[in-house]
Amino acid sequence: MAEKKFDYFINGENGKWEVIIGLEVHAQVLSKSKLFSSSSTKFGAEPNTQVSLVDSAFPGMLPVINQFCIEQSIKTGLGLKAIINLNSVFDRKNYFYADLPQGYQISQYKKPLVGEGEVILDMPYGTKKVGIERLHLEQDAGKSIHDIDPDNSFVDLNRSGVALMEIVSKPDLRSPEEVNFYVKKLRSIMRYLGTCDGNMQEGSLRADVNVSVRKVGDSQYGTRCEIKNVNSIKFMQMAIEHEAKRQVEILESGKKIDQETRLFDVKKNTTRSMRSKEEAHDYRYFPDPDLLPLKLNKGLIDKLKKELPELPDQKKDRFIKDHNLSPYEANILVSEKEISDYYEEMIKECDKKLATNWITVELFAVLNKNNLSISQSPISAKNLSSLVKMITLGKISGKIAKDVFEKMQVSDKDPKQIVEEEGLVQQSDPKELEKIVLEVLSKNQDKVIQYQSGKVKLFGYFVGEVMKVSKGKANPNLVNDILKIKLK
Amino acid sequence: MSIDKDTVKHISKLARISLDEKKIDNLSKDLSSIMKFIEKLNKLSTDKTNPLTSIINASLKSRKDEVRDGKIRSQILKNSPEKNEEFFVVPKVIE
Repeated sequence: MAEKKFDYFINGENGKWEVIIGLEVHAQVLSKSKLFSSSSTKFGAEPNTQVSLVDSAFPGMLPVINQFCIEQSIKTGLGLKAIINLNSVFDRKNYFYADLPQGYQISQYKKPLVGEGEVILDMPYGTKKVGIERLHLEQDAGKSIHDIDPDNSFVDLNRSGVALMEIVSKPDLRSPEEVNFYVKKLRSIMRYLGTCDGNMQEGSLRADVNVSVRKVGDSQYGTRCEIKNVNSIKFMQMAIEHEAKRQVEILESGKKIDQETRLFDVKKNTTRSMRSKEEAHDYRYFPDPDLLPLKLNKGLIDKLKKELPELPDQKKDRFIKDHNLSPYEANILVSEKEISDYYEEMIKECDKKLATNWITVELFAVLNKNNLSISQSPISAKNLSSLVKMITLGKISGKIAKDVFEKMQVSDKDPKQIVEEEGLVQQSDPKELEKIVLEVLSKNQDKVIQYQSGKVKLFGYFVGEVMKVSKGKANPNLVNDILKIKLK
Repeated sequence: MSIDKDTVKHISKLARISLDEKKIDNLSKDLSSIMKFIEKLNKLSTDKTNPLTSIINASLKSRKDEVRDGKIRSQILKNSPEKNEEFFVVPKVIE
């Protein structure tokens, strides 16, 4: 495959523009209870049933931090190959909004829990390093619902106080495609670690997108705009494309970009200014007097480091080195933890290369067709592996295997049972096959003569006839061998 | 540093505290003199002192990740000026 070249630029009236993107990803920490209170974080509960007096900011309530949320964030930091700060501080970020009962969000400002790290992306034009600026812990806000009542908004505080990790990238991304790869990789790392479920539909992963543009060749960054709270990769990509074009138009007409917060309008596919945020941007951060500084013991970090599971990059290297897979195949298998789990379950019993092919070609086709994820696969890893094993052992042909695979989709039965019930076992008895071959040849004597006088293409015809007579059960390799001898 | 009238207006708006012109004038003077008093601290050399966010030399106490709270909706909603059975009800805020 020819190496592709990076080619995402905005073509303006007087030259090419480069797009500079940085992401602030908000990832919900996978925990049972909230960051500073003991109420549940479970998604989809009745409104306001997972709210404590702390979450609703009753006077006199004090926050007590969840140890597990700290450890989850450290693990994520380690997964991003980042520095873990032994001293960090919680600050109050002050603003008024109906779904923020405290009047401030507890966040981390000057001293975050996690410092600089990196994420490696496998782009079609080679690997790309994306710097991580920081990761800090903060509270989520509640949810305002605007579409039940025409005159009022309804507030549900179930999400209020749930722990979020804000992961801030450096402005290293250069195209919507790189954003796609980056978010997927980040999500994959966190799912391997078990620190965030990455469920974008349920809002467990959202992002603020910072976009600026500059002429190709310029070394200074342009003025950036921040697009708030985009909750799907597709919308992030659409918002970036639109915003970059908007900025190029403004700059080319000789005007300046105002640094501002914008909102992506999904229906209109445009971004618009959130003027109300302008003045509120003065957040008056200060250390939260209710919370002491967070001092970590190096022993805890070492312990968590030892417990880290194998992450996608390491797994990929191992698959390439030890399993003889191509980088392309390895990348697909490690892209989601569930896919690599499925593969590793299969190869306990069967050939690695064949397992890879069956997963990435046949199984993926079925999953795509039915819009399923691999964890919802109608065929279990164990059964697919036993199907592959039967092919390797010569018990069934590849063609029969595909028929059996079809049947396995309906009922996840052991393929051995299907093969037995349907009498699909491959015929590998040379004597039996010889009988069929001779029968086919005697019925087609004219063609045998043509073959022997040079029309070698007819060989395929004979194979086909043998397969037909055997109802597809004949072992094709053996059939070939026998035919060659008999036709001499 | 002096706190001029515009700064007072800005802070009062952020804090949602409404002030009349006379109060703004007084507050500007008061806040400026408070700032001036605090600025005396700048004379101290802090080159060799680490920034401090708490005067208590202790680390944050943590709790276990257990669900032991919530399910008190009626109590939570009780003091709300406006509510229905499930939600806090507030004037429409839409961006």
